[in-house]
Amino acid sequence: MGTLRFVLGRFLQDRVALLGGILILLLVLVAVFAPWLATHPADVSEFHPAERLQGPSAEHLLGTDRMGSDVYSRLLYGARITIAIAVIAVGASVLIGVPIGLVAGYYRGWLSELLMRVSDIFLAVPQIVLAIAIAQTLGPSIENVILALSVTYWPFWARLVYAETRSVQNEIFVEASIALGVSPLRVMLTHILPNIMSSIIVRTTIGMGGTILTAAALGFLGLGPPAPSPEWGRTIAESREFLPEAWWYATAPGLAIFLVVMGFNLLGDGLRDILDPKIRRSRSHGR
Amino acid sequence: MAAETGPTDLLRVRDLQVGFATEGGVAKVLDRVNLTIGQGQIVGLVGESGCGKTTLSRAILGVLPRNAARIAGGSIHFDGVDLLTLDPTVLERSVRGRRISFIPQDPYGSFNPVFPIGSQIMELMKWKSPALSEREAARNTWLPRLHGRRRFREDRARVLDLLRSVQLPDPEAILAKYPHEVSGGQRQRLMIAMALLTEPKLIIADEPTTALDVTIQAQILKLLRRLATEHRVAVLFTTHDLGTAWEICDRVTVMYAGQEMEEAPSDGFFNRPSHPYTARLLSSLPSRDGGLVGIPGDIPSLVDPPGGCRFHPRCDFATEVCRRERPGPSSIGPDSDHVVRCYHPVVDHPRRAAP
Amino acid sequence: MKFLVLIVNRCLWFFPTVLGLLVLTFTISHMIPADPIAAAAGENATAAQIAELRAKFGLDQPVPVQLYRYILLVLQGDFGVSLYTQRPIIEDISTRLPATLELTFVAVLVAAVVGIPLGVLSAINRNSPVDHVLRLVTVSGLAIAAFWFAILLQLLFAMQLGWTPLQGRVDGWGPDPVTGFFLVDSLLAGDLETFGDVVAHMILPVATLAYPAMATIVRFTRAGVLEAINSSYVMYEEAMGFPRRIIVWKYVLRNALIGTVTQIGLIFGILIANGVVVEAVFDWPGLGLYAVSSILQSDYNGIMAFTIIAGVIFIVVNLLVDITHALIDPRESR
Repeated sequence: MGTLRFVLGRFLQDRVALLGGILILLLVLVAVFAPWLATHPADVSEFHPAERLQGPSAEHLLGTDRMGSDVYSRLLYGARITIAIAVIAVGASVLIGVPIGLVAGYYRGWLSELLMRVSDIFLAVPQIVLAIAIAQTLGPSIENVILALSVTYWPFWARLVYAETRSVQNEIFVEASIALGVSPLRVMLTHILPNIMSSIIVRTTIGMGGTILTAAALGFLGLGPPAPSPEWGRTIAESREFLPEAWWYATAPGLAIFLVVMGFNLLGDGLRDILDPKIRRSRSHGR
Repeated sequence: MAAETGPTDLLRVRDLQVGFATEGGVAKVLDRVNLTIGQGQIVGLVGESGCGKTTLSRAILGVLPRNAARIAGGSIHFDGVDLLTLDPTVLERSVRGRRISFIPQDPYGSFNPVFPIGSQIMELMKWKSPALSEREAARNTWLPRLHGRRRFREDRARVLDLLRSVQLPDPEAILAKYPHEVSGGQRQRLMIAMALLTEPKLIIADEPTTALDVTIQAQILKLLRRLATEHRVAVLFTTHDLGTAWEICDRVTVMYAGQEMEEAPSDGFFNRPSHPYTARLLSSLPSRDGGLVGIPGDIPSLVDPPGGCRFHPRCDFATEVCRRERPGPSSIGPDSDHVVRCYHPVVDHPRRAAP
Repeated sequence: MKFLVLIVNRCLWFFPTVLGLLVLTFTISHMIPADPIAAAAGENATAAQIAELRAKFGLDQPVPVQLYRYILLVLQGDFGVSLYTQRPIIEDISTRLPATLELTFVAVLVAAVVGIPLGVLSAINRNSPVDHVLRLVTVSGLAIAAFWFAILLQLLFAMQLGWTPLQGRVDGWGPDPVTGFFLVDSLLAGDLETFGDVVAHMILPVATLAYPAMATIVRFTRAGVLEAINSSYVMYEEAMGFPRRIIVWKYVLRNALIGTVTQIGLIFGILIANGVVVEAVFDWPGLGLYAVSSILQSDYNGIMAFTIIAGVIFIVVNLLVDITHALIDPRESR
């Protein structure tokens, strides 16, 4: 509890991290309260072709899109999709990757080698390339996007946790516990995991930002949730043919993506400075 | 009576005051410090960690951290010129490396790991070789400088010569190697060689043997002393280890918490210490009679230091005047070059064997 | 000697990785929920016809055999036939590969040439206004969606201001293809007008790709320089009166660059990833655009081919970066 107060204290002092935190908080609030904040909540699925492509006005704060729907309202609902994808995809990959990394790092032997080789193969290719292949194969939907992202992200965590586990293992206190006969599971959970937790937290935060960008790219390419989903990437793709006149159509979702990702990046950077000054810019091969 | 400072003194630091900006306030790291080094003398600067000896060396070189450090007063007269009044570029081009050189504590880190040793030494020669005239050395460094084939050959010969004199086997081979390929002792010999290459008048050696194996320390010290005497170079040698000071120094100055306490020729310093702090230090060395005696108390904070003589809280002989005002330098005994800053110097000395 | 062992080691790692990639793509391509054979056969096909078609494509064989065949074919460069154009994919791709490579290469160059000095400046003027502005710029660069940035640039510079062409690689036919790299080819032909046109078309796509890459380079260079500046050798060089300019731009930079070079691999990944959407926005006739059209046409073979090729390119680049790192860092090679 003492450390939590300390972290919170430092956090409130670090303006950069604070800004990031505020942006994320805004995102969450917007997503949760979208139905109440939206001026035209029904426009998520309804069309009003007569009102298409109108500029920002008092009634439509950010104008209307090609189907006459309110851009502002759809933007708010799009936040829900963004959060859902980011949280589930990152969460799943962490939940899969971290235990695999722990086990592979703790034990020696062919299983560890195999797991790491498999991870290396996934990491040998940029995430989006594989994600496109998977999403394309399975068909465009929000579930498939989440699946594609999780499948291509867990190896990153496995590799990371593997390396950190191996280095923590060499610490005396771990050797001592093993010598005392503490069960492997307890060693992993009570000794190794807490020590690598701050690294995981920082990278999870930054990973959310990256995942959102990749998800938006998939949406832009048409591999995300299909029409009439208000997903931000898809909306930008839809807006292209109406440029440069309907500038609000493309600007709003793009700006939203920017602010959200920026928020996660700032928060992650701030957390890194607060939680563990030993985490320097990673010198690993970035894989 | 203040010691007479001779006209041949190479370095005269007077009343030097240096402060460091820290989170808790300004740390008064050097409080009106005096130091004198004569031509060709080897002077030891002794003190515990945090006493200011490294800051003093850096101040003389002019490489205090720009943002944090502030020189609040005093003078550093080197060869007649007050270094504190010089333009920084003049310091960089004409003084550092050429007239005052440096031997670092960490010989491994002091070499750039990705360049061969030879190229780094020749770079030093390019800018600081004694073959360069005063005007050439002081020239604008924004334009690229060519080493010139003839001077390069001369310098290289000079380098190989000096490497041999620091007892490095096969100097040609060493020049081609990278820093991680040679041992710690070899690297420190290289550092000594580089310090002498530019034919300076003063070498500042910052704890040069601390990072070395104990077995090599004595060798390196003797080598340094021999070469310094041969080349008639003065050395300011900082250390926290009295034993090393004893090995090679002509004179010793002891510092405590940013103030210098006593300055004396080596013999006088070790056999007839006058300052209570010095006496305590020496008696805390393990002696033949056995028994270790520490000094009770802690080093004071430099942000809010004790007034007057900063040792007074821990001193057995401290009186009111010690708290009020710092004692000025006064000479002790028949030698006018044994100087102590104390109101109650220790005068009687039981006969003791040298440490 | 140590250096040779290093290279051999890295090269040995290359082959199993590519093999693994092929297994991966094979697995993915067999995850198609709908039966492509049935789709290709048409609605009125009988079970017998479907079975016959399946045998024709070798899909009635056990999986390991299919895998083996698949790997053999790919290694020979046979990616199968595009379900859309009915032409061998290898032909479709070979014309597009140079376009992507050229774009990526120029983008990396621009990012490095701009990013490295900025990183050094940012570090030596730490916490100054310059540093803060640069940090803002770089953090933004890593938060902005590439496809959105591309559209914004297009909106501003091509549509509103008319300063650059809207899209495409060149107006007209382009220079005679010698290498496939238009910049090189137009110079070889002495055709400065085409050269200028190619450059003009490159400006926006390169800017889009280079921005996040530059942001990464600035960040890593800054960190590397900061670390180097606080090291003992800088203190020593300063104490010995080395000119400040030499200390920073020769000694510190070399150390920092070694770290930055290893980031080139990471950057290449960014560029390949962003390349897909950037090529889509600017209609750049490269690998990425090919992927996009394969997506639109549900050409599974095309997508797999793209995945394999992009993956292999990335693996090769990382291999080269590893070797280069060993070359320039004497601590590894000696």
